[in-house]
Amino acid sequence: MKRLLPVIALLPTCVFADIEYTGNAAVEQRYFFQDALYSQHERANLSVYFAPQAYTSFNDGNDSIVFKGFYRVDQQDEERTHGDIREFKWTHSGDEWEVQAGIGKVFWGQAESLHLVDIINQTDAIEAIDGEDKLGQPMATFSLFKDWGNTTVFVLPYFRERTFSGEDGRFRAALPVDTDNPIFESPDEEKNLDWALRWQHTLGDWEVGLSYFDGTSREPDFVLNNETSEPSLRPFYPQLQQAGIDVLALLGDWIVKFEGIQRKVLDQDYTAFVGGFEYSFIGLFDSVYDINWLMEYQYDGREDITNVISQNDLMLGTRLVFNDIDGTQILAGVVQDLDYSNVRSGFIEASSRINDHWKWRVDAWMFSSDEPAEPSFMLRRDDYVQLSLEYYF
Amino acid sequence: MNKNLLSSSTIFTLVFALLTYSVSSYAQSPQEKGLEIAKERKLRDQGWGDSTGNMSMILRNAQGDEVERKMRLKSLELVDDGDKGMTIFDQPLDVKGTVFLNFTHASEPDDQWMYLPKLSKVKRIRSRNKSGPFMGSEFAFEDMSSFEIEKYEFKYLRDETYEGQASFVLEQVPTDKNSGYSKQIVWVDKEHYRALKIEFYDRKGSLLKELVNLDFALYLDKYWRPMRVEMFNEQNGKSTELITHELNFDTGLTDNDFNKGTLKNVR
Repeated sequence: MKRLLPVIALLPTCVFADIEYTGNAAVEQRYFFQDALYSQHERANLSVYFAPQAYTSFNDGNDSIVFKGFYRVDQQDEERTHGDIREFKWTHSGDEWEVQAGIGKVFWGQAESLHLVDIINQTDAIEAIDGEDKLGQPMATFSLFKDWGNTTVFVLPYFRERTFSGEDGRFRAALPVDTDNPIFESPDEEKNLDWALRWQHTLGDWEVGLSYFDGTSREPDFVLNNETSEPSLRPFYPQLQQAGIDVLALLGDWIVKFEGIQRKVLDQDYTAFVGGFEYSFIGLFDSVYDINWLMEYQYDGREDITNVISQNDLMLGTRLVFNDIDGTQILAGVVQDLDYSNVRSGFIEASSRINDHWKWRVDAWMFSSDEPAEPSFMLRRDDYVQLSLEYYF
Repeated sequence: MNKNLLSSSTIFTLVFALLTYSVSSYAQSPQEKGLEIAKERKLRDQGWGDSTGNMSMILRNAQGDEVERKMRLKSLELVDDGDKGMTIFDQPLDVKGTVFLNFTHASEPDDQWMYLPKLSKVKRIRSRNKSGPFMGSEFAFEDMSSFEIEKYEFKYLRDETYEGQASFVLEQVPTDKNSGYSKQIVWVDKEHYRALKIEFYDRKGSLLKELVNLDFALYLDKYWRPMRVEMFNEQNGKSTELITHELNFDTGLTDNDFNKGTLKNVR
């Protein structure tokens, strides 16, 4: 027995020594400032999520497997109670190349207020209004890392549909979105084989990216379905081709950012871009605080703008960085529609550490819109503040 | 005739140059002596190749409360340019997986990127923000970058015995106007040319911080590294201690390990 004990004690370390488990979880309380447009909606909503991660590497670190899971439980909206595999992929690294296969997450672009060129992953739109949360995308990639830049080819064999609020959730249109009955332009539906190409390079103080995508649009149109007793909107995912460019330039105290796309979808060809700058004051008033000012202009050339929020809008924002031990930051901004002076939205995001494991976060959004032609009209009563308590392990 | 005149004037210039050269090397100016010591310091640290390290940063406020940060460092020496460095953050846990990539340049600003795992985004950052605090510590970003001759103008001040070690005391003035310092005073030991202590003066010329390198260990029979670095802020009473738990050389790192495209795979 005495001899056995150390063996037993060693066993778990032998088996699991190479797997690293981490992750985070949070409790989020939302409070809406106004009664909802639809009577079934509450003013308060509690939600929790759990996001575990596991990582292992082998073959002298040349191969690795990463897993990132996600599961949310929402008090009101059963659509928002959902799970996803954010990432579950294998990576093999060569000398100046790399192969990845599995479910992945990719980010392209440089702008802050709008991510136009970023098209690989579908938006997990039910998560947050800012569209920063993404669903895991099945993919196989091959990358080359050379003196002349980093190039990646993506093959995307399966399409992920966008998530939408259910009938009991806020941030929804007058009619519910029937996510169970999507329509695809491609006869292969969600199994259409999409592909993409990206090149990114650093040229001194410039970061330059070029991208091309051919496949199913991540952004659906909607088709009214009034054949049933309760009318609904069916998401329609057309095929599209998109060429994109993204640039960041460091020019003294200024950072200039630009993203532009040219899209061909159905019988339409159009351009959209977002561009602007970030200006930094370092060590404000001889303190350690930094303050950054952001200004970005958003343009979308589509003829039918019923689904387009950022067709001619200006974002003004500021980011205050305290540079303290707790990593305190405040980001605040306003997006003003330049076509309709009465349409604007504002946001505040603040966060700070409590200790090594805990962190608080406050997010608030305000929507002002009395213009029925703008998609933000459906959010006009959804102003909210959210307090989150996050736990990291 | 023209030719003769030219050659005689050339000879005259040559002789004059030789004369002044021998005179100046005899009575070396403090600037020349300072530069010579700095060059020797740089020379003695050349050829280390690459290294990986495992570190803790202890942040203390004036009341003595402390917080620990954990990170790993990968460094690669380049012959014709400044070094490449990568810092992988392990603690605090909310920034775990964040990677800071730095390409030091001798005379122009460093190239820096940050990998943010939450967004899977590689963000180019402005290295002109060199005087800003590194991870909320008393170290500024510029304190974390490698020692390069072109970054300073040197001046030898005096000889002094520091902690029982015969040392040169040098003044080094940053050449970059974005530096947070007006000058630094460095104590370099005469035997191994290691920086033992550095005083940092703010832009107004008052003493801001004092750095002390402690517990030197010898690697590859040639390279001295402090296992403990203490940085005291003389103006706000805060301090940061940088502790090296483990340091390895000849780890086989290459340029490929410092690519912004593979930061997402770094653990």
